[in-house]
Amino acid sequence: MQTLQRTPIHDRHVALGARMVPFAGWEMPVQYAGVIPEHRAVRNDCGVFDVSHMGELEVEGPRAAELLQGLLSNDVDRVQVGGAQYTLLTNERGGIVDDLIVYRLEDFRFLLIVNASNVQTDYEWLKERELRGSDVRDISDECALLAVQGPRSIERLGLDDAPAFTWARREIDGVECMVNRTGYTGERGVELLAAAEDGPALWDAVLERGAVPCGLGARDTLRLEVCYPLHGNDISPETDAISAGLGWVCALDTEFTGADELRRIKADGPERRLAAFVMREKAIPRSGMAIAEGGAVTSGSLSPMLDVGIGMGYVPAELAQRGTSLTIDVRGRPRRAEVVAKPIYKREESR
Amino acid sequence: MAAAETYPDDLKYHAEHDWARVDGDEATLGITWFAQDALGELVHYEPPEEGQTIDKDQPYGEVESVKAVSDVIAPLSGEVLEVNAKVVAEPEVVNEDPYGEGWLVRIRLSDPSEADALLDVEAYKQVLAEQ
Repeated sequence: MQTLQRTPIHDRHVALGARMVPFAGWEMPVQYAGVIPEHRAVRNDCGVFDVSHMGELEVEGPRAAELLQGLLSNDVDRVQVGGAQYTLLTNERGGIVDDLIVYRLEDFRFLLIVNASNVQTDYEWLKERELRGSDVRDISDECALLAVQGPRSIERLGLDDAPAFTWARREIDGVECMVNRTGYTGERGVELLAAAEDGPALWDAVLERGAVPCGLGARDTLRLEVCYPLHGNDISPETDAISAGLGWVCALDTEFTGADELRRIKADGPERRLAAFVMREKAIPRSGMAIAEGGAVTSGSLSPMLDVGIGMGYVPAELAQRGTSLTIDVRGRPRRAEVVAKPIYKREESR
Repeated sequence: MAAAETYPDDLKYHAEHDWARVDGDEATLGITWFAQDALGELVHYEPPEEGQTIDKDQPYGEVESVKAVSDVIAPLSGEVLEVNAKVVAEPEVVNEDPYGEGWLVRIRLSDPSEADALLDVEAYKQVLAEQ
């Protein structure tokens, strides 16, 4: 039996009565008070997630930017010190080895925050392709990472406003953090990166400031409502970025692994596309369910904000247009769904 | 609000965490506190059809939380007389009151003697202790 890793915040989760589950080799809180109240806390106010299971890779050296430019889909040269960028680690087929955020720490030093399940793969991928003058290090064990998300998160943390996809070093109640204006919920918010040993104190400070503790359950429903893909479900080494609707993070005027294939797919038009849909009959779609018109569900759940089943799945490209009817096979029962524009959920006032 | 953990002693239990309240040749069925707690907040109830026959130890419906789906196992056999429409509309009623307003179906028993094989509350608590 494999031993599960624990984050620096583990004892706090247990003390709060969280339901702990195995996830990507880690013992993680899936919920505290419940997925729905946690989800609403993030949409309406402020929630905090321990995401210390995610990986941190540092790439340093005079040729660090060159290495990353050749391996990541987005144009890393456009990221200045203090900036961040959503990007993909791609294979020769244009498939997605991982999706990640790259932060430029210094001219010659970058931080990559990657999915927990892919830390080792990503590290080896980069390490094997290292250039003389670009050193790759896995610093995941040294880090605690808390995502503080929701419309009131900046105010509750006493931070000044800053644009999305920027970062700054700040102290929060005595804890030194890298404060990143990034997240996975579709809300305003930050991800706080601190030394592992400071994790519990930072967690306590954030709760003291009124953030509601939230688990992986709410993290998944929040990201699905705004159609952020989950690696391993919606995107994988077998799915290409264009079909996944991630062409916007592929700088096809630059050269990176798989760029030729992605240019070809874009020019020809992908055969299938990752579509978002809403159930028009009472049912909750789940990952793996067949779509009668072709394809399969890759993510599905109940939307706590819309109170209706929602999902994403790959369908033949001609069916990916909004308004198209789909039929989801819900354990043998055909249930109607309709393709909708992404994101599935948008705050009312921003419509 | 979730209910506090209870197992009424006037009910018959099935080891798959279902209960039956037998009244003559009819019974009301539902899931136990343990089952609703394990699932979390219920968000969907897929009931059987009224008039359908359900079989002891076989699934007759599904309950879902945000994260999980679970079959509901029939503790007894019979014809479905009534589906609890309140639970179809507001599945969270099961979390709030699993043995009262959160009942799932009412059936006419095809063999009332089946109830003799079900667990009493002490035997069911023993099943829980072994989980």
